[in-house]
Amino acid sequence: MSLDYLDFEQPIAELEAKIEELRNVGNDSNLNLSDEIERLVSKNEALTRQIFSNLKPWQISQLARHPLRPYTQDYIERIFTDFEELHGDRHFADDAAIIGGIGRLQGRPVMVIGQQKGRNTKEKVRRNFGMPRPEGYRKALRLMEMAERFKLPVLTFIDTPGAYPGIDAEERNQSEAIARNLLVMARLKTPIVCTVIGEGGSGGALAIGVGDRIMMLQYSTYSVISPEGCASILWKSAEKAAEAAEAMGITSTRLKELGLIDRIIEEPLGSAYRDVDAMAARIQAALVESLAELDPLSREELLEKRYQRLMSFGNFKA
Amino acid sequence: MSWFEKLMPSRIRTESAGKRTVPEGLWTKCTSCEAVLFRTEVERNLDVCPKCGFHNRMSGRRRLETFLDSEEREEIGADIEPEDVLKFKDSKKYKDRLAQAQKATGEKDALVVMKGRLKGRPLVAAAFDFRFMGGSMGSVVGERFVRAVDCCLEERIPLVCFSASGGARMQEALFSLMQMAKTSAALARLREEGIPYISVMTDPTMGGVSASLAMLGDLNLAEPKALIGFAGPRVIEQTVRETLPEGFQRSEFLLEHGAIDMIVDRREMRARLANLLSLLTHGAPPQPDPEPRPGSEEAGGESAGEDDGQNG
Repeated sequence: MSLDYLDFEQPIAELEAKIEELRNVGNDSNLNLSDEIERLVSKNEALTRQIFSNLKPWQISQLARHPLRPYTQDYIERIFTDFEELHGDRHFADDAAIIGGIGRLQGRPVMVIGQQKGRNTKEKVRRNFGMPRPEGYRKALRLMEMAERFKLPVLTFIDTPGAYPGIDAEERNQSEAIARNLLVMARLKTPIVCTVIGEGGSGGALAIGVGDRIMMLQYSTYSVISPEGCASILWKSAEKAAEAAEAMGITSTRLKELGLIDRIIEEPLGSAYRDVDAMAARIQAALVESLAELDPLSREELLEKRYQRLMSFGNFKA
Repeated sequence: MSWFEKLMPSRIRTESAGKRTVPEGLWTKCTSCEAVLFRTEVERNLDVCPKCGFHNRMSGRRRLETFLDSEEREEIGADIEPEDVLKFKDSKKYKDRLAQAQKATGEKDALVVMKGRLKGRPLVAAAFDFRFMGGSMGSVVGERFVRAVDCCLEERIPLVCFSASGGARMQEALFSLMQMAKTSAALARLREEGIPYISVMTDPTMGGVSASLAMLGDLNLAEPKALIGFAGPRVIEQTVRETLPEGFQRSEFLLEHGAIDMIVDRREMRARLANLLSLLTHGAPPQPDPEPRPGSEEAGGESAGEDDGQNG
């Protein structure tokens, strides 16, 4: 049993291990096992399809945080060319939990900003588990304002459990850093396309998530609080996380139904990590299409549409 | 009934209930200094303890009624009511939680907005009601706030908001989160038009409200000793696994760290805000209130002696 697989993925992992074993046996001996391997491969595909056709919100929230899930940098490498990372908020520090820089999207210069998680323990700590501090948000703000000056579209990648809840973050006014980004992004005079690639954790996600197009990868989540957090407050038990995930409607399909996001980018069979190149190609295509839709708009139209969209959020009886 | 009274045969027992001379609730105890106080005196002092200056929480409506001039008040967005489109249910149904909060507070939701006057000067004031589901921000709060901003844009008058909130309302899920973006976008327009917005943070102002409309004032003010921050103290303690420093996330801490412009005693709120707004809008200096108002010095409330001059 591998720690890299979620419990509902175990049957798939087991079958894959068996296939791998047969391949090794086949290579080492003269036995022809290709028929048997082929049979298992197609069985595995059917099994994966079956498991993934019926995922619960809680399972999707685990996929969004899967240890093998591609992070912002994995996509930057595959989607953009000539990328130059830019560092620092010019006031306090460079926050490694948010990365940003300029690069080309099919030849066109763009500003890219995204939360970054770490892959191994050391990297996880350095990236603070993808939880930005105020300086991270202020770096993002600086890059966005620069993008406006140089007429570069802003493309953000959202993947965070939330803004960092720490003493130092509070001392440097985490609230203000987030609020300021919401204020500026609402009126930034350049197209903004936001893509939730993993975890869309609350205000920490929204702080780089206000834009003209909001997209979500199929198995990403976006919520006001983590299922565990919600469960421990409203159910008084973090074990009710599955129920909380269900109640909050945190999945891409649910949020699309509710009109809160514009587009779902379908993931490869078995989720994004199974084929990162294919995933990146699909994101790239969606980004190009989104920008093509936004390009014909004048700056005034762009801002007015963005504003009206924000104003439309909410349900009430009047 | 004491054990002694219980022992007495009913013939000689005198019922004490009818003889009570002090009605329930005439006296109150300060939660901070534990002084026993005459309730009407505390109310006259704007719910601030006359002995130690502790600022008790205030309902949204009472806040606006004590802050605005008594004439020419007009409520904005009172017709908007919450709607449970997600059919959210945790240990309780959201619908039931709403009904309960509405019954307990007499409000439809956690934000009250009024157009009115402050020392004769027109403005729009909004106030959160912490009793209503922890002052949490959902669709109604967001919409009412935006209507407040719209009114300010239309009439070119300033906005004042008194916040008291635990953050976004979980029962409205992502719709609540989007209220942060919605209210901030409206404030961006107010800013573009050069119309002043003063945010007054009161105890407590946390989470999504703190990380949106509350921190976006041209001036950010706070009442003394209010808890203000993004993450709650318990969450931070669990994350960093150390005890938090004394006074952490209190108004005085924020002032020291440069997060707010000043701390203002509630009893001086009218005078100070009138002065600030007149300065920002090139108006004439405001006059003292002609008739005694609750909490004002003319009404005999004690002045804010306990705050070490931190107000300025």
